[in-house]
Amino acid sequence: MGNKQKYLTYPYIVWMFIFILLPVALVFLYSITEKESNTIKTISFTLENYRLFFDPLYIGVILRSLYLALISTLFCLILGYPVAYFISKASPSYRNTILMLFILPMWMNMLLRTYAWMTILGNNGLINTFISWMGLPKLNLLYNNAAIIIGMVYNFLPFMVLPIYTSLSKMDKRIIEASYDLGADSKTTFRKVILPLSMPGVISGIIMVFMPAVSSFVIPRLLGGNKQAYIGTLIEKLFLVTGNWNFGSAIAIIMMLIILVSMSVMNKFDIDKEGSANLW
Amino acid sequence: MKKNVLLIITILMVLIILGGCSPQQSEKVVLNIFNYGEYIDTDLIDEFESKFDVSINYEIYPTPEDMYTKVKSGATSYDLIISSDYMIERLINEGMVQEINYDNIPNYQYIDDNFKKQPYDSEGKYTVPYFWGTLGVIYNTEIVEGTPDSWDLLWDEKYAGQILMMDSQRDSLGAALKKLGYSLNTVNPDELEEAKQLLIQQKPMVMAYVVDEVRDMMIGDEAAIALLWSGEAVAAMGENEKLNYYVPVEGSNIWVDAMFIPSDAKNKEVAEKFINFLCEKENTLRNIDYVWYSTVHTEAIKEVEEFLFDNPGFNPSQETINNTEMFRDLGTNINLYDKVWTEVLSD
Repeated sequence: MGNKQKYLTYPYIVWMFIFILLPVALVFLYSITEKESNTIKTISFTLENYRLFFDPLYIGVILRSLYLALISTLFCLILGYPVAYFISKASPSYRNTILMLFILPMWMNMLLRTYAWMTILGNNGLINTFISWMGLPKLNLLYNNAAIIIGMVYNFLPFMVLPIYTSLSKMDKRIIEASYDLGADSKTTFRKVILPLSMPGVISGIIMVFMPAVSSFVIPRLLGGNKQAYIGTLIEKLFLVTGNWNFGSAIAIIMMLIILVSMSVMNKFDIDKEGSANLW
Repeated sequence: MKKNVLLIITILMVLIILGGCSPQQSEKVVLNIFNYGEYIDTDLIDEFESKFDVSINYEIYPTPEDMYTKVKSGATSYDLIISSDYMIERLINEGMVQEINYDNIPNYQYIDDNFKKQPYDSEGKYTVPYFWGTLGVIYNTEIVEGTPDSWDLLWDEKYAGQILMMDSQRDSLGAALKKLGYSLNTVNPDELEEAKQLLIQQKPMVMAYVVDEVRDMMIGDEAAIALLWSGEAVAAMGENEKLNYYVPVEGSNIWVDAMFIPSDAKNKEVAEKFINFLCEKENTLRNIDYVWYSTVHTEAIKEVEEFLFDNPGFNPSQETINNTEMFRDLGTNINLYDKVWTEVLSD
């Protein structure tokens, strides 16, 4: 980078400092101080907030959140990869339309889309109305883990499809042709050539879905009926209801660490190192 | 040259960010009011503005805790806040509320003495009551048999899967504590443990833990029984005739919301004028028609419509009121409730 262009980054550096680094530092500061000492004069440090977290109660909460996020990510991957593959294979005239249809729901507010699922799954919702019209007993579709997973998959699927699609469509077609020329059938070509080359997209898709899924609090609340505590709802409650910012901050920091660790683990699996550098 | 331009942009950005909230220049007095959502007939605000030639900046918040967080951060100095008992108690204890000059509020005489000098303001120096209500049970008369009068209905196996509890730890734990015959302000770990077990036992029967959705779900017949505040219940009963509401005989929670003036208010006298304006009989009646909670106004109660006067949610008997208890600010003991509630939700 030339010396002159360096100045172009200054506005962003200021932005980053004020809106990213400073808040994280403040959250960290809250997490290591005592509640009663939230003024500069009487500040006193403690690790109590972190110790408190290693209670089976809260470990259970975080494991449950991770489990649900993993399942959702898995479903997104299973559903999303074939779709991305299909779109990348489609003729260019259709491709943009299909992509557009995929992104279209994202123009709508996420809360609205989640509320829509409540009216689909509810006791007097679309599905149950149809079922009872057929004379069958109503099903309990809303307020369980399945409903949360449906909501997450629906909301986060585009984040999986788009990066996979990008990596598939960027792929050098000559490599695939070479594979066929060398006698590989379509299955082998997919397994040995296409899949490995699309891994950067898959990895970034997994990260893009996993991160919001693990910390989401709107979806568990609306579709899960708050029957279980999740990490996102727990942090929200500690800040807004209990007013225990210090413990809430400690959990937020722990969650950041978990995401950081899982991201670096994911990058280890990544075969194409150059691709992974351009994930974001 | 380019370097200087970018330097200027950088400095400007910092200035905009840091100085974004410079005070607005205006001839009129600006009254900053902070209230729950849907908790005032906004026509009254317009009317006050034109009548007294002031400009009102009206902001809303969803929960008392949100209000506390925002007021505590000091981003805006409000002239008048409407909030709930235990949160007002916390703010008074922290010295963030100033005394009201009741001479400026002649209509204060119409406020029912029963609601003055509440535990959160025992000397009656800081607050003017606004509305009040109870915590109780709303149920669908087509599904629930008989005329229930106890908390037991929320634990009735017959209605498993059709019961809504509140995702509000003090309210849901309060119901369990009252069912056990304990105070809903208890800090005794054994009593809280018992309440926890009761809620865990109830959990498989609960359809969901919600707050804002309860009213709509009861109106839409999505659920049969729910823990709910009286005003919400009255509003729901207005929309769905099958619904009924009662305050359980074991006792329940009563709450009184009040208006108060924060200590950093800039227009105390105008705020007092506004309080007086809201306490006028006509204005109170209009407000009742909008928010549906029970009134503290001794004259207005005589003129509400009959269906409201006869509604146990709007106008409970004195016997019911005597059997209720107000939430108190628990200070750091709130962490006990927090842990118990998280345990219920993690079972």
